[in-house]
Amino acid sequence: MRVSPLDPGRWLGAHLGLVLLFLYLPIAVLIALSFNDSGLPTAWTGFSTRWYESVVTDEKILGSAANTIIIGAISTIIATAIGTLLALGLERLTNNALLDGLVFVPGIIPDIVLAIALLSFYNLVFTGLLGLKLGLWSVIVAHAVFNITFVTAIVRTRLRHFDISIEEASLDLGANEITTFRRITLPIILPGVIAAALVAFTLSVDEFVVAFFTAGTTITFPIQVYSMIRFGGTPEINAIATVVVFVSFVLILASQRLTREQV
Amino acid sequence: MDDVLAPAPAPAARRPVQEGSMGRTFRRLVLLGPGLAWWLVFLVVPLLVVLAYSFFHRGTYGGVVFDFTLDNYVRALDPLYLNVLWFSLRVAVITTMVALLIGYPAAYFIATRPRRWRTPLLILIILPFWTSFLIRTYAWIVLLNREGLINRSLMGLGIIDQPLPLLYNEFAIVIGLVYGYLPLMILPLYAAIERLNPELREAATNLGARPIKVFFTLTVPLTLQGIVAGCIFVFVPSLGNFIVPDLLGGGRSIMVGNLIQGQFLKARDWPFGATLALVLIALMLVLLVVQARIINRDRPAGADAS
Amino acid sequence: MEPQRELIRIEGVTKRFGHIVAVDEVNATIRENEFFALLGPSGCGKTTLMRLLAGFETPDAGRLLLDGRDLVGVRPYRRPLNMMFQSYALFPHMTVFDNIAYGLRQEGAGRGEIERRVADALALVQLTGFGRRRPHQLSGGERQRVALARALVKRPKVLLLDEPLAALDRKLRVEMQLELKRLQDTVGITFLIVTHDQEEALVMADRVAVMDRGRILQVATPDELYEAPNSRFVASFIGESNIFIGRLSIAGDTATLVGERATWSVAPGAPGRVGLANGAWAAIVVRPERLHLERLESAVPFDRQTMDAGALNRVDGVVGDVVYLGSTRKYVVELSDGSRALSRVQVGQRGDDLTPGTRVSTTWAIKHGVLVPAEAASSGSGAGTGALG
Repeated sequence: MRVSPLDPGRWLGAHLGLVLLFLYLPIAVLIALSFNDSGLPTAWTGFSTRWYESVVTDEKILGSAANTIIIGAISTIIATAIGTLLALGLERLTNNALLDGLVFVPGIIPDIVLAIALLSFYNLVFTGLLGLKLGLWSVIVAHAVFNITFVTAIVRTRLRHFDISIEEASLDLGANEITTFRRITLPIILPGVIAAALVAFTLSVDEFVVAFFTAGTTITFPIQVYSMIRFGGTPEINAIATVVVFVSFVLILASQRLTREQV
Repeated sequence: MDDVLAPAPAPAARRPVQEGSMGRTFRRLVLLGPGLAWWLVFLVVPLLVVLAYSFFHRGTYGGVVFDFTLDNYVRALDPLYLNVLWFSLRVAVITTMVALLIGYPAAYFIATRPRRWRTPLLILIILPFWTSFLIRTYAWIVLLNREGLINRSLMGLGIIDQPLPLLYNEFAIVIGLVYGYLPLMILPLYAAIERLNPELREAATNLGARPIKVFFTLTVPLTLQGIVAGCIFVFVPSLGNFIVPDLLGGGRSIMVGNLIQGQFLKARDWPFGATLALVLIALMLVLLVVQARIINRDRPAGADAS
Repeated sequence: MEPQRELIRIEGVTKRFGHIVAVDEVNATIRENEFFALLGPSGCGKTTLMRLLAGFETPDAGRLLLDGRDLVGVRPYRRPLNMMFQSYALFPHMTVFDNIAYGLRQEGAGRGEIERRVADALALVQLTGFGRRRPHQLSGGERQRVALARALVKRPKVLLLDEPLAALDRKLRVEMQLELKRLQDTVGITFLIVTHDQEEALVMADRVAVMDRGRILQVATPDELYEAPNSRFVASFIGESNIFIGRLSIAGDTATLVGERATWSVAPGAPGRVGLANGAWAAIVVRPERLHLERLESAVPFDRQTMDAGALNRVDGVVGDVVYLGSTRKYVVELSDGSRALSRVQVGQRGDDLTPGTRVSTTWAIKHGVLVPAEAASSGSGAGTGALG
């Protein structure tokens, strides 16, 4: 549609500007505050990185960050593998609209519902019957549940543009099914798979509610941040927030570039 | 630029080849099996456990006594809890409406930009969504505080004398929820608007309709699927939200999510918590069915009009 | 010309997709070194038949013999056939060289051999030096040639081409038609091409199988298909034709076709050859170049010296439209029985100067009218529609 110089366009443009301001102002404020020597929104007392130093030397924070990265990495690997297979299966082998819809359910189920359901289940089966305590594994499993949905959705989008005659060509030229998957299918969908993995990792690392219920005594990074917020907001939170925002942006932009790229 | 991955004048859509030595069933098993199995064990069964728990009792020390009862459901009807449910619904509805009103013009604007601006604008919109929900909500504590940025700016500009109570109330919750889920409203709206055939608008204008009329009689109905999707993407997580009312609501404004958390972690009455969760699930299912109906009703007529 | 050896035999092959019978008990033979075309409208089953040969579908019944060996059950990667896909299906993440080398690597060829053969293949399709490029850097025509090279480098017994010219613009298409013909001559292997474009098939193929709704209607050389179609479908699918419908009336040696408002003579012996009996519905197919127009008032029968009046069919009419096609003129004639006919004339011959509104006598030699079966119910009330191909 042509860009017209009519009034509505300009009003709408201003509106979008306000929306973007709305979306980014809070983040900008946190970033600004993180460099504020006083750490408080009341007064700017000078540029300082002391809050960052404080964060980096805090063992509890580092410990919870390590936990979160481990959880993120493992649940991402699981979700990416399972989700990619699922995407291939849904795109190639079935034509079932109901199944396609059901695949999205784990992604839109309210997190608190997933959280208590898993807690109940873990308690009943694993703690009750097997005597296992909740910990990293219980969060990993939980995160994989919803991450599979996101991986499947992203990889499927990539698959839609996949010209299947490429695979037939490979078969025709003498490669069997496994070789075809290895040398043709996988390399071509790999950018999409990696993009999906980055998204899954980001979601897992930021996730609070489900982890809160299923981590047992383990502290993940978001859980750590939550208690810091809840029990007296300290200025370190601003520094943490800035780092988290920065890392998330980088990961998501990388993911974007991968899905844009034509091989 | 040619997209090498897209097929040339495509042959009639046909079921892709999966015949041969591997066997269709085996393939299905390998590809669909892990995902479906994972969800069966770690989603379906846990949900069934929740369903089961709702019919049982809390034990004296907080466990579950497997004694069939409908007490939990009766208790859920207590005005105390109904009020919370009502409050949650109200907040969710308001949030959705606000998000729709803010989101539609934004989506419309982006969808009507030249093609090369659309993706960057969308990325700008969705980027905040990918950062921690917790942190983004925390930011509003900083902003809405009595000594927060907004109050201080307003006082500094002389608009108000006393700081406004912007935090720890319904207002703050709505702001927090809208902030958190606005991108989820904008994306499906954008998708629906972008798919509209611009010639339809031109035809309507040609037939004498003015822009406002065109908008309400043409654009809105034809983007209904996007509107419904966006509303559901905002409503469902808002209804069951825990973080926002917990951080921004103060002790008094609690929603269903907080109730459930309280039952599970403080009161240790899991069966009752399960019942509340089921109410939430039931509401969600109703909405999904309604959405499915709306989508199917439009489908035969080709509502995306492209 | 020496008789060519049979290479492929398709016996009673049937393929169903759900309720649809895509290929319906098809029988055909394809000879070695032949340029063979499967021609038909979309949905006729030609692509399915090709995919059955390639191994991407399995027939529900029948045999597919290549050099006497039944291919049914043999995986695509073990068949000595190679395919050039309609979308070219080049591997986007590999260079042109690697694309072409792919098949050779699957065979386990050594590095030196691969380099040699890929270079030869590139030279064959006139793309020497393109080895390092990637598919997205190539034009449509170049991609197609890479796809060809990739298939040919494996020296298959048969090359299958799926609508090879469909994606090309007109000029390229004409060039490629000749190019493919030249290639086949050079490489000397059997080419089997699937197309819906009858001009393509007629220009390139040695023999053509015309298909409709899962069945092969006629297999013949382009010439035979044009001059002696065996059915209305083939007659109207290939080129343009005039079709006159009626009931056969056979009395001893003479046969006539009785239409609703006119009667035409049929070549003696034709009904017998086509297996039609007295009273059967039939159609006479006359190609536009065989239909001659003569000004009514000049009353001189066309080329009287070489034909006598008894060997002609004649209908009167009025010239409707004239279409100028460079070296030929095409006339649309409104016949006196209400139907329309098409006539073509080379510029420079008699009758090339008729104008709309001219009253003409339309004639054709009886022997140029091809008799084919017809169904009464089709095309109007069998009113000798003179249907335009």
